[in-house]
Amino acid sequence: MSVKFSFTINGKSVEGDVEDRTLLVQYIREHLGLTGTHVGCDTTQCGCCTVHIDGIPMKSCTMLAVQADGCEVTTIEGLAKDGELHPMQAAFRENHALQCGFCTPGMVMSAIGIVDRHKGEKLDEKTVRHELEGNICRCTGYHNIVKAVLAASEIMNK
Amino acid sequence: MYEFTYSKASSVDDAASQFGAAEEGKYMSGGMTLLPTLKQRLARPSNVIDLAQVPDMAGIDVSGDTVSIKAMTRHAAVAASADVQGAIPALAKLAGGIGDPMVRNRGTIGGSIANNDPAADYPGSVVGLGATIQTNKREIAADDFFLDLFETALEEGEIITKVTYPVPDRAGYMKFPNPASRYCIVGVMVSQKGSDIRVGVTGAGACAFRVPEMEAALASSFTPDAVADIKIPDGDLNSDIHASSEYRAHLVTVMAKRAVAEAIA
Repeated sequence: MSVKFSFTINGKSVEGDVEDRTLLVQYIREHLGLTGTHVGCDTTQCGCCTVHIDGIPMKSCTMLAVQADGCEVTTIEGLAKDGELHPMQAAFRENHALQCGFCTPGMVMSAIGIVDRHKGEKLDEKTVRHELEGNICRCTGYHNIVKAVLAASEIMNK
Repeated sequence: MYEFTYSKASSVDDAASQFGAAEEGKYMSGGMTLLPTLKQRLARPSNVIDLAQVPDMAGIDVSGDTVSIKAMTRHAAVAASADVQGAIPALAKLAGGIGDPMVRNRGTIGGSIANNDPAADYPGSVVGLGATIQTNKREIAADDFFLDLFETALEEGEIITKVTYPVPDRAGYMKFPNPASRYCIVGVMVSQKGSDIRVGVTGAGACAFRVPEMEAALASSFTPDAVADIKIPDGDLNSDIHASSEYRAHLVTVMAKRAVAEAIA
């Protein structure tokens, strides 16, 4: 069986016609060729596949592609505007918040969600560490990731 | 995943009729358990019927002495609701401790309760607060709902539409989470509403259950000390790589003590 759907991804509309069981992350990577979204565990644990669905971070390995029908999807490729990095991406670079880089796309997408949820508040380290628990960094480079999120939140809240 | 046919339901009645017509139907709410189960090929439904598009199936209504949460309400919405935080802070805390932020952005209360995972948080709240489960057919009392491992009083094709919690005078929820999955090794919801005292335990047994000895002790003194020496038998408790049944029995007492402390704080 195949199923049809349409959604926008990083501002572009796409129309899909895939097997019902196709996961959103498979569709994004294999059909659309947007390979910035990673698959680390495929079991909803590691958060590498995090994308925004209508602005809210979700794990694209645990959604069917058809479930994004009618939604606005944003992936890591959609964050930079006119060649300028998103403040969260810039903060990751500034703070050396990536080592091997595999978890980074998911970390960035989740981290933007943290700042969004606490809009206007001053974020503290405890909150950031707690709310990053859906993302795993196997280089264990959490310290600089937390620093980057805190730094970006200052800029994003300005 | 095995192949299946996906469809959206336009209403609760439409979902039920699609289910009736399917060879082996499965409802999907948030999909946070169903999709991982399908990926591991632990289930093989012919049809997956998505409830996400059904209008008016999500929302929170706090009025007088009840908190009603519609079945498709996401965990994140319950955790962030100022109304829930005001009426039953222990329930908002429970919702905010499920999985991780991305899971809470998709997972739903109805899905969690219908699935009845022995380590899920919400069943502990249903039993510990004495909620009523509203379905498309009837109302089911908390004490009649959870039957066994992944088994509930729901009939084939029956759909949860709403969970109604009475607002307690005070309540506390404490869990000892598995550090990787944040599922409960043991979670305890303690509540008092007048003379009605409930101790609801999740994570420890095949499904959520009450502890009458603790409830009786709390009726005479609603203090952590009242439950400190009450041990539950470990014979029927879960035992796995994360915790032995003996350890879970111990944790029930510890979590109950802490939940009472939180309730009276």
